[in-house]
Amino acid sequence: MLNNKNSGTESIIEMMQYLTFKLDEEVFAIDISKVREVLEFSPVTKVPQTPNFMCGVINLRGSVVPVVDLRLKFGMEEAAKTVDTCIIISEVTLDGETTIIGSLVDSVQEVFEFESSQIEPAPRIGTKLKIEFIKGMGKRDDEFIIILDIDRVFSTDEFSLIQQTEAFATERKHIKETAYSTPESTGS
Amino acid sequence: MSNLDNHWNACRDEAYEHLNNLELSLLDLEDRPDDTHTIDVVFRSLHSIKGLASMGGMTELADFIHDMETIIDMLRSGSLSVSRDLLEHTVSACDLIRTMMDTSETERAYFNEQAEVILTALRTITVPLDEQYESPESLAEQEKEEVYELLNELESSLLELEDTSDDKETIDRAFRALHTIKGSGALSRFNGLAKFVHNVETVFDMIRGGELTITDRLIDTTLSVCDLIRSVLNTSEDGNALFAEKSPGIVESLSQLTSNGTDQKLDTNSDESESSKTYRIRFRPSLDIFLKGTDPLALLIELRTLGYSTVIAQKDGIPPLNEINPEHCYTYWDIILTTNSDKNAIRDIFIFTEDDSELTIDTIDDSGRLDRDSAAPERDLENLLNNFGVMTRDDFDKITNPRQRLCDILIERGDLTVEDLEQVLGQEKGSGEPDSASETRPINEKLIEASMVDTGKVDSTLAEQQHVKNVRQQQSQITPVSSIRVSSDKLDTLVDLVGELVTLQARLTQMSLSKNDAELIMIAEEVERLTDELRDNTMSVRLVPIGTLFGKFKRLVRDLAKETGKKIEMTTEGAETELDKTVIERLNDPLVHLIRNSIDHGIESPQVRTKHGKAEHGVVHLAAKHSGGYVLIKITDDGRGIDAHAVREKARSRGLLENDKTASDQELFSLILSPGFSTAEKVTNVSGRGVGMDVVKRNIDDLRGSLEISSNKGIGTTITMKLPLTLAIIDGLLVKVGDSFFVLPLSIIEECVELTGSAVNSHGRNIANIRGAVVPYISLRNQFHIHENRPELEQLVITNTDGMRVGFVVDHVVDEHQTVIKSLGKAYQHVEGVSGATILGDGTLALILDASKLIQVVEEQDQGFITKQQSHILIVSS
Repeated sequence: MLNNKNSGTESIIEMMQYLTFKLDEEVFAIDISKVREVLEFSPVTKVPQTPNFMCGVINLRGSVVPVVDLRLKFGMEEAAKTVDTCIIISEVTLDGETTIIGSLVDSVQEVFEFESSQIEPAPRIGTKLKIEFIKGMGKRDDEFIIILDIDRVFSTDEFSLIQQTEAFATERKHIKETAYSTPESTGS
Repeated sequence: MSNLDNHWNACRDEAYEHLNNLELSLLDLEDRPDDTHTIDVVFRSLHSIKGLASMGGMTELADFIHDMETIIDMLRSGSLSVSRDLLEHTVSACDLIRTMMDTSETERAYFNEQAEVILTALRTITVPLDEQYESPESLAEQEKEEVYELLNELESSLLELEDTSDDKETIDRAFRALHTIKGSGALSRFNGLAKFVHNVETVFDMIRGGELTITDRLIDTTLSVCDLIRSVLNTSEDGNALFAEKSPGIVESLSQLTSNGTDQKLDTNSDESESSKTYRIRFRPSLDIFLKGTDPLALLIELRTLGYSTVIAQKDGIPPLNEINPEHCYTYWDIILTTNSDKNAIRDIFIFTEDDSELTIDTIDDSGRLDRDSAAPERDLENLLNNFGVMTRDDFDKITNPRQRLCDILIERGDLTVEDLEQVLGQEKGSGEPDSASETRPINEKLIEASMVDTGKVDSTLAEQQHVKNVRQQQSQITPVSSIRVSSDKLDTLVDLVGELVTLQARLTQMSLSKNDAELIMIAEEVERLTDELRDNTMSVRLVPIGTLFGKFKRLVRDLAKETGKKIEMTTEGAETELDKTVIERLNDPLVHLIRNSIDHGIESPQVRTKHGKAEHGVVHLAAKHSGGYVLIKITDDGRGIDAHAVREKARSRGLLENDKTASDQELFSLILSPGFSTAEKVTNVSGRGVGMDVVKRNIDDLRGSLEISSNKGIGTTITMKLPLTLAIIDGLLVKVGDSFFVLPLSIIEECVELTGSAVNSHGRNIANIRGAVVPYISLRNQFHIHENRPELEQLVITNTDGMRVGFVVDHVVDEHQTVIKSLGKAYQHVEGVSGATILGDGTLALILDASKLIQVVEEQDQGFITKQQSHILIVSS
């Protein structure tokens, strides 16, 4: 792999390789050194009482790997699964521990090289994404590519924070459901 | 240096083990300061650590331990006695050793100062004792008195031994007396007296070990030893001179006794039937044995029941086919038998045939005797061959080595005469210079060629050699229990692999059943059996006795007792109970907290205890035992117990308990587990901040265990932890809800029933009527918001957790399932009610449900629902 992480030396032009993928019509990229493999979409086992964007878990050759729907995570509409739908298996550092997480994306594009000079910092507004998720913006053929900081996207804070709000939501929903369904289910 | 550090890393584990051992024995010494065995253990441990340290290049450490060793050696030789101060310093020396072991090379130098401090302290202890030897007569007298007493004891046990020569206890008593005499200070004033007694001790050690038997002469000699010691101590003249004059004679007779003794022992041994012996039996039944209604094979089978045997049929008596009378028995047998029974037992088997059959029984090996006995003929043979000029000693070895003693055995059996052998070897010589081919040819071929013996006989001889070899090997294998040290990483990988294998095997079983191929099913079943065994074995490798953990706490209790000024004794029970290594590792923290609690909050100071009519010493009891798939660990103290009233007050003031609500003691005690809860008025450096029990609860939850507290005020507290045996694999019940599979731990499941109208007495409430008992249930479908495919008839799985019966409504109960637990990882660490996932036979995933957590969640939801409803009504009505 060509990527040189030694960012201290400015004089050497750094070439970084990124894997680009699509969500809706937008192109995103993640550092290829974080990517382990790309899988075709396979059925995911949902874990109950978890937020929507947490698709569930899959069996990756004997180990259990959680899968996150990046569309839902980024607040986009859920999309129907197509032949292009992929799961990118990446190595993420969570609380200093390396874990394997899968990301559900619409399609995987290509491996692309950026010089570090080509990458600009992300604008503080307009991306509709949390600023800390974005490492920078790369440009290719007049098209902007959002380079994601995958560690931040999957940080534990992110998981726990949203889960709590979701948990409240499900609880509320549950209370409503039981309250209304009580009379009907008599004698079932 | 890094290379050396690597060496050290390799040794460190072992060194730690020795260090732990050392610490434990030091604590033991505190209770029993005279136990020489423990002092020996201390010394050995120190010595081993020293060896490891110098091997690992830790010279400073090795030097320090060497100095320590010198001091402990004084204990061993009896010139120093175990005192509190000494132990105190030795224990701190242990701490220093531990720190030194942990630190890198650069920092080690700093510890030299500390080491010096400890050593100086220790040396100051040893000096005054040395001076005691010149001290007042009265002390010397006292010591003498002691020795006299011991001598009396020794004498009386010796006299007893005269009557009952093999009474182990009496021998031990004599030994102990001798040993204490040896260690006595009174003896150290005379040159060589201690050493002399040591010699006598050696003799008694041999007796203890069964190497020597007690004879009258031995007792006489030992009694004269007693007399000598007494007169040496008693004499007003120069004791040394008297000793020097008399001792050589006794030593002489002692050494005679020991050398005689070894022979004696062997002789007695061959008469005894205790140890196993190997016999060579030749059984040549009479020709008409069949006509007498005896089946020689049945006899052989009966012979087999006596022990390990090799049977060789000798066929040289069988005539050509046309001469055979089918009713005659031409065959005879050579049997090599290793057995604990004696010759008579063997003869008994052949008792009905003995009269007309030929039966020879020779003892060929009685664990060790064979070598001696057979070495002689071999030497003879060798000498013979040498004299004959047939071959040199080297050649002889060359021939005999591969088939050692083959000729001897043949000759011993009478199948070959020495003359014949000479002839064969002589032929060889006669045929000129032995060419290289015949030189390397084994002697048995040569013999067969010369038709001195037939193949059957040689085979039988070879079988005999093999048999003896096997027996020998077995014997040598039994003696040492060998073990190897494996890094836990490797073990973890092994467990992971086995886990995957179990998964794959489940898949194979499923596949074979669906294919309905009998052969495949058979293979699958074989694989299943093997995997089960492999799994059990692998798991058992990871099981470690909990005693290692208990041992650590002895030290903790001792230190804490000192710190708090209380008198505390720790007792343990069930130290041999085995638990998964990872469970034990993670048990350390909670146990530390619980024990600290017991000591700080539970056990009162000695004054208070006596005032309450309790023994001054508080007792902390640690017990472990197996209970089904669980291990129960109990921490009991006889302290003041938990003050339910104080807990209630505290809970109210913290808002954990509503003012008007009454709670049972059980409920109150469980409040102790909540974070920040403490009834201690003041925070000590041991405990009182209310963090401990929270940590305990969390750790136990992580281990999928449960915690129970019971306490009686003024009498004591018992905390019981219930832990699963292993964390990696559980037996589960696979259930299906909608399209999803879930696994419930089989250990908590009581029964499965159909959720029919008769079982449900609902009125919209989730309560089932199970044979008259009220059982609340949770619908997994509702709980997990699964909406598709609700079946007509749902199943109810009744579980029992913490004494509460709760049902879980599922669509189908699928099967029992060997569940390899896979963690859901960090991403799902906050999910409540799901403890992990497992991979099913077809590769899909099933979630493992944490029933008690689920029940808790639902309980909170329901209570929340009620309060919300109430507030809703209030708003409406207002």
